[in-house]
Amino acid sequence: MRRGETLLGLLGAAALMAAALLAPWLKFILTVALAKGIAVIGILLLLRAGQVSFGHALYVAMGAYTVAFLAPAMPDAAVLLPAGAAIATLTGLLIGLFVSRYREIFFGMLNLALSMVVYSLLEKLYDLTKGTDGIRVELPRFFGMALDRPGFEWAMFATALVLALAAGAFARLYLDSPMGQALSAIKTRETRLEFMGISARRVLLAAYVLSALLGGVAGAIIGMTTRHVTPLLAYWTASGELVFIAILGGAGSVLGPFLGAVTFELVRIYAGAAVADAWQMILGGVLLAVILFAPGGLWGMIAGLLRRRAGAAS
Amino acid sequence: MAEWFGDNSGLLGLALLDGLASAGLIFLVAVGLNLVFGVLRIINVAHGSLYAIGAYAAASVGIFFASAGLPAWASLPALVVAAALVGGILGPLIERLVLRRIYGQEEVLQLLVTFALFMILEDVQKLIWGVQPVQHDLAMRLLGTYDVPFAGDVVPFTAYQLFVLPGVALVVLVGLAWFLRRTLTGRVIVAVTTDREAATAMGIDARRVFLLTFTFGAMLAALGGALSSPTGAIVPGIGAQTIVLSFAVVATAGLGQTEGAALTALMIGLGRSIAVYFEPELEVVVPYIIMVAVLLVRPQGLFGSTVARRI
Amino acid sequence: MPPTDLSRRDLLAGAAGLTAGGLLMAGSDADAQPQRPAELKIGITTFLSGPASVFGVPGRQAAEMMVDEFNQQGGIGGVKVRALFVDEAPGTEHLVGEFRRLVQSEGVHVMFASISSGSCLACTPLSRDLQKTTVLWDCATQRIFEEGPQPFAFRTQGFATPEVLAPLLYLLKTKPDFRTMAVINQDYAWGRDSWEMWRTGMEALKPGVRIVAELFPRLGAPDFTTEITRLLAARPDVIFSGHWGGDLVTLARQAAERRLFERSTFVLPVAEASLPILGRTFPAGHVIGTRGDHWNNHPRPKDPARLRALNETYRARFNEAVIYPVHHMVQAFNALKAAYEKAIAAKGGGWPNDMELAAAFRGLTFDSPTASITLREDGQGLEDQIVGVSTHAEGTPYAIPKDMVIFPAAMVSTPVGMKSVDWLKTLKPDILAQVPAPISG
Repeated sequence: MRRGETLLGLLGAAALMAAALLAPWLKFILTVALAKGIAVIGILLLLRAGQVSFGHALYVAMGAYTVAFLAPAMPDAAVLLPAGAAIATLTGLLIGLFVSRYREIFFGMLNLALSMVVYSLLEKLYDLTKGTDGIRVELPRFFGMALDRPGFEWAMFATALVLALAAGAFARLYLDSPMGQALSAIKTRETRLEFMGISARRVLLAAYVLSALLGGVAGAIIGMTTRHVTPLLAYWTASGELVFIAILGGAGSVLGPFLGAVTFELVRIYAGAAVADAWQMILGGVLLAVILFAPGGLWGMIAGLLRRRAGAAS
Repeated sequence: MAEWFGDNSGLLGLALLDGLASAGLIFLVAVGLNLVFGVLRIINVAHGSLYAIGAYAAASVGIFFASAGLPAWASLPALVVAAALVGGILGPLIERLVLRRIYGQEEVLQLLVTFALFMILEDVQKLIWGVQPVQHDLAMRLLGTYDVPFAGDVVPFTAYQLFVLPGVALVVLVGLAWFLRRTLTGRVIVAVTTDREAATAMGIDARRVFLLTFTFGAMLAALGGALSSPTGAIVPGIGAQTIVLSFAVVATAGLGQTEGAALTALMIGLGRSIAVYFEPELEVVVPYIIMVAVLLVRPQGLFGSTVARRI
Repeated sequence: MPPTDLSRRDLLAGAAGLTAGGLLMAGSDADAQPQRPAELKIGITTFLSGPASVFGVPGRQAAEMMVDEFNQQGGIGGVKVRALFVDEAPGTEHLVGEFRRLVQSEGVHVMFASISSGSCLACTPLSRDLQKTTVLWDCATQRIFEEGPQPFAFRTQGFATPEVLAPLLYLLKTKPDFRTMAVINQDYAWGRDSWEMWRTGMEALKPGVRIVAELFPRLGAPDFTTEITRLLAARPDVIFSGHWGGDLVTLARQAAERRLFERSTFVLPVAEASLPILGRTFPAGHVIGTRGDHWNNHPRPKDPARLRALNETYRARFNEAVIYPVHHMVQAFNALKAAYEKAIAAKGGGWPNDMELAAAFRGLTFDSPTASITLREDGQGLEDQIVGVSTHAEGTPYAIPKDMVIFPAAMVSTPVGMKSVDWLKTLKPDILAQVPAPISG
């Protein structure tokens, strides 16, 4: 299964590359999808601990708005991306110190509340944030090179792809490591973890800060790709989307988030263009079907297929 | 500080009146959400959609009554009829078709199922009632205005928002408290909320209670929507705004607290109207700041009881 | 999934996009010679859902009417026209994505964007990035052309500054003694900018007015109860509101119910489009603007027959009165046709590419239903402004303006190259002497 996962990951990356080459319009969608996938890896880590955050869009928004605010002064992706990630991570640390004490409903609710606080401030502090109109990001340089627009879009796509592979690989290593294994202990019987002398709170905090980092990276990429950031990036439905993608893709593998994100974005754009007032219903129906009939998500279905093929071969 | 209060007491009084109306609406949704969580242990994201569908249905029923030649005062009971219809039809439908399959599953999945329902119902609204604003304000215009004295002058309020909205909320609050404490069915619901295992062991059919509670909760949400419909235009998206605000109320009060929900709804409604008067930039953020502040100090909410951790 | 399901159109679009993009980027003027297309695709963004749809859907209807009219005459330059519509309501993020999709995936030849000033501020830089001519068919924000050159954006209608200055001058002439003022505007670019301009102009022409409340409810807010209570308590002499569409309908209904119109004089620069829906609920005696000179009963239209024909054709087809979004859409289509004809002529009959089309728009003259408009060198169109006072007249089921003043465009529009706020600061009270006399009825 492990080798299957790696192979599939590399194949997927190649397929995305081919798609971007053949249809330049898709590049834009795929870059955003990859970014969201990176954010959802963060959600995955928390899901391992049995905790759902309905407020992680907060970190995506932080990454994006950092890019928007800094871009006029330091217009280089090499600066903007780490800056967005750093601000999000710092925020995640501060918030995580409080939030990691809570579990389940309270965890989810507190995250929701905090993301709505940030959303509300972004929406109403017009003089600072230009409110619902959003902030436009002018084309930055890429590691000192002043690229034209198509060139920069390629650079962002490549960056997103590389970071996605990195995030997936890192997540797999992390989940295999003792810290990652401890996460599932929080889900099943947390006090036993404490009896072993491991601080459950610290384990969760580590995962939380990592998820904030990943969210910030995603937000920075989104900010530099769409080049228009609005408060809706922090709205509760955006957080819900991230969890949706996690379950759609399948929480059983680090490939899940990317499978889910690409599917979600493509369905949203094309269904939205075809049936503007029914695409939400379509996506909702898909989610319902997945949860009721295929709770392992897309990855679960693929893994099942592979296993059956391996079983039939032997 | 005291001086500020003295100078602005008139305005604060007006803010209280404004806050009452919106608090009443949000309370109706929150209390339904609370009931459902208490019994089914599911946070129903689609509750906001039930509110919105209640509003649309109320406008439709009202328009139908008017075209059928019924007198103007019938527009008020029309609202309750609409809410009962929506709750009575959609409640059992959702519970039987969807929720029943996910009892006992992981909480995440349950939450996401209701989120998926919410997405579906948002588009169902658009498909049935279209995307343009829907309006039927006969009930509000019927009752006219009431002049509230203010600083040697008067400020007209609509009688509907001053009396009907808080009035209905109060009736529901009192009625619900009496129902849960004094009637057999109510006590059964409380029993299932407190300890489902023990209740089932005593012979209570939990599944029937689930259906009943969810339907009732749906009716309450729809009632909130129905009551809001005469005051303004109904457009896509009000469900999403309402549900997140209700979460704020419910979490701040403590899950499962009826009277607490009323108080927090009032607090939040008041907070918003005060913000509009004195610091309009803060209007949207006030409910969530209250929520964060309370949850940080008392994670079980202002009135919730601490939950023992299982080892 | 897409890697295997690419349509030929996607491949061609991709290839064409890359080639055209590369050539255009190289800055060469002797560009690829495009073939005459099978159809002329116009991407149009408008509000199709939510409160603003009462304003946006008539725009769509007008577009459909114009497309049919043009196609009956053989299209533009012999090519049939097709409009693709996008909803602005889901928000700027969605719109930006759709703008790209229409340009890069659908391959539209020109974009008409948008109603909301927020949308325009987001789309105009995209027009520059993607090098696609974008006709700003309805949004008013003055910032577009004042914050930098926009070589691919052209506004075929007026803009915020004259729309705010004209009612201000009207108010100063008809009710010069007001002492207190309040504003209730939607919280986005138009709401914020229009208030800033009103305030600047007022301070230049009548300093010392006390502002008792500044309220900015969300765009699309369904309920103004608390704001109205605040305004009732504060009792300003004048209330300025740039509200439009369904929001204005809700605000006016709730305000009328609670007698706010009796306490304060409202100044509503863009009210005209909502008057038919409001009917007699909208009271008499308040200053209303028509966002330019788009009034069905324009007292002095350039071509009365043309205006009458538009009113009758639209009403016959859609069973509702013409409002100014309809005028704006008609203007955009007229401009498009004129531009293509100018570009084709300049090319000796060949089909123009994106650069040549944009060049044709500069300095273009085209017809509006009530006058004719010439675009300035910065891409901005100029329109006279009609401002009047609302009245209830026999035979019209809704409020209409009377005592109309037609402000000439040059008098109330910011000169090229200046920022509006700076220009407004330079105004002197003697400008009031230049205000033309009102035309009754």
